[in-house]
Amino acid sequence: MTIAVVDYGAGNLTSVKKALDWLGQDSIVTSDAAQVAQAEKVIVPGVGHFAATKTLNHNGLKGAIETAISGGIPFLGICLGMQWMFASSAEAPDVAGLGVFPGECVHFPADVKSPHVGWNQLQLVGKSRLLRDLPGESFVYFTHSYRVPLVQDTVAACVYGGTFSAVVERDHLFGVQFHPEKSGPIGVKLLQNFCELKC
Amino acid sequence: MLTKRIIACLDVDGGRVVKGVQFLNLRDAGDPAELAFAHSQAGADEIVLLDISATAEKRKTLLDTVRRTARELFIPFTVGGGVRTLDDASAVFDAGADKVSINSAALSDPGVITCIAERFGSQAVIVAIDAKRSNGDGYEAYARGGRTPSGRDAVAWAREAESRGAGEILLTSMDRDGTGKGFDCQLTCAISDVVRIPVIASGGAGSAKHFVEVFQEGHADAALAASILHYGVTELAKLKQELAAAGIPVRWPC
Repeated sequence: MTIAVVDYGAGNLTSVKKALDWLGQDSIVTSDAAQVAQAEKVIVPGVGHFAATKTLNHNGLKGAIETAISGGIPFLGICLGMQWMFASSAEAPDVAGLGVFPGECVHFPADVKSPHVGWNQLQLVGKSRLLRDLPGESFVYFTHSYRVPLVQDTVAACVYGGTFSAVVERDHLFGVQFHPEKSGPIGVKLLQNFCELKC
Repeated sequence: MLTKRIIACLDVDGGRVVKGVQFLNLRDAGDPAELAFAHSQAGADEIVLLDISATAEKRKTLLDTVRRTARELFIPFTVGGGVRTLDDASAVFDAGADKVSINSAALSDPGVITCIAERFGSQAVIVAIDAKRSNGDGYEAYARGGRTPSGRDAVAWAREAESRGAGEILLTSMDRDGTGKGFDCQLTCAISDVVRIPVIASGGAGSAKHFVEVFQEGHADAALAASILHYGVTELAKLKQELAAAGIPVRWPC
């Protein structure tokens, strides 16, 4: 069973791939829409500017991902990949997100240092398959300057200059603002939960 | 709450961990991959590997060391020392690093900060500043492992690095490095208060009390620990417990 890790030129995908390898999970890093459409699970990682997601809109990847999602394929967005699951971002207002969650990513307020870098705690606010068996106030590693709002599908929140969504989940759609591949045993467990999801 | 980070630093020469006292008198403290893993198990929030190899010959082993160290490390991993160009940075990221730390190359060509940040994101670029108290007021940034004065004021340089796309500042007090007398809180505060990116304090840690001081008085976002960790990984757990007891938010237990 193969997980497609979507490469759209936004940063460094080595660490996500490395974590999947360590879990013994078959995966490919790919920018090929056909491979994404055939995968049994899809991960969109990525760090950096929201404008980088334009690449997804322009080379058939977005369509392949939409097809995969409508077929019930489990999908995980990490960091920028999670932000892309929302409608839009103030960082690049003219670039449309995937729009499977409502709302806009906004910058952190001016009274806190930005980016938000380091280990912060999750506050669980809903039932989650992705966070199965994780301790209630787990520490995870964040690095981002924009954040997504709390929505109906928020299952874990985080506080930094206000409260924002750290994990969103609806059916087979999952988004995490932090980096599970960099969050120690907690993050590895989360990735394992994703790998073990039944389609 | 966002916690204060304790970053374990491994100075590597020719593939082995060493630690200098005021940049001299290196002594072998072990294998980088083993030490990095041990520190991560013990509660280190990140690992920094600084390659201080003086020769190209020894430098060649760096990517191998990075690859080996990254393999089982699932916390943020920074590599610095000898990263001069976008190509150097790309190779280090390919080998499994999450961030690069650049110092001399940024001082001689500040554009390289922007160049790496545009390709890999600002979160992947740490500008390291080795600062030494000047005879008059203020601090001067030094290049080439503390050997060459740059003529730049350290505080002004930190602001410029931020504006050029640095995601964090790794600030080392050359006056305190290796002394165990405590961080230079005045220096750390002078920079932390004028930039909006995180500042990692380095140089001088000798006790848990010094870490408490640099977080409370120096306004550091993270602190680097090197020699105080090498001779017993339990030191790290003890350090975090003492920080927690002093009311500093830390990732503990982790």
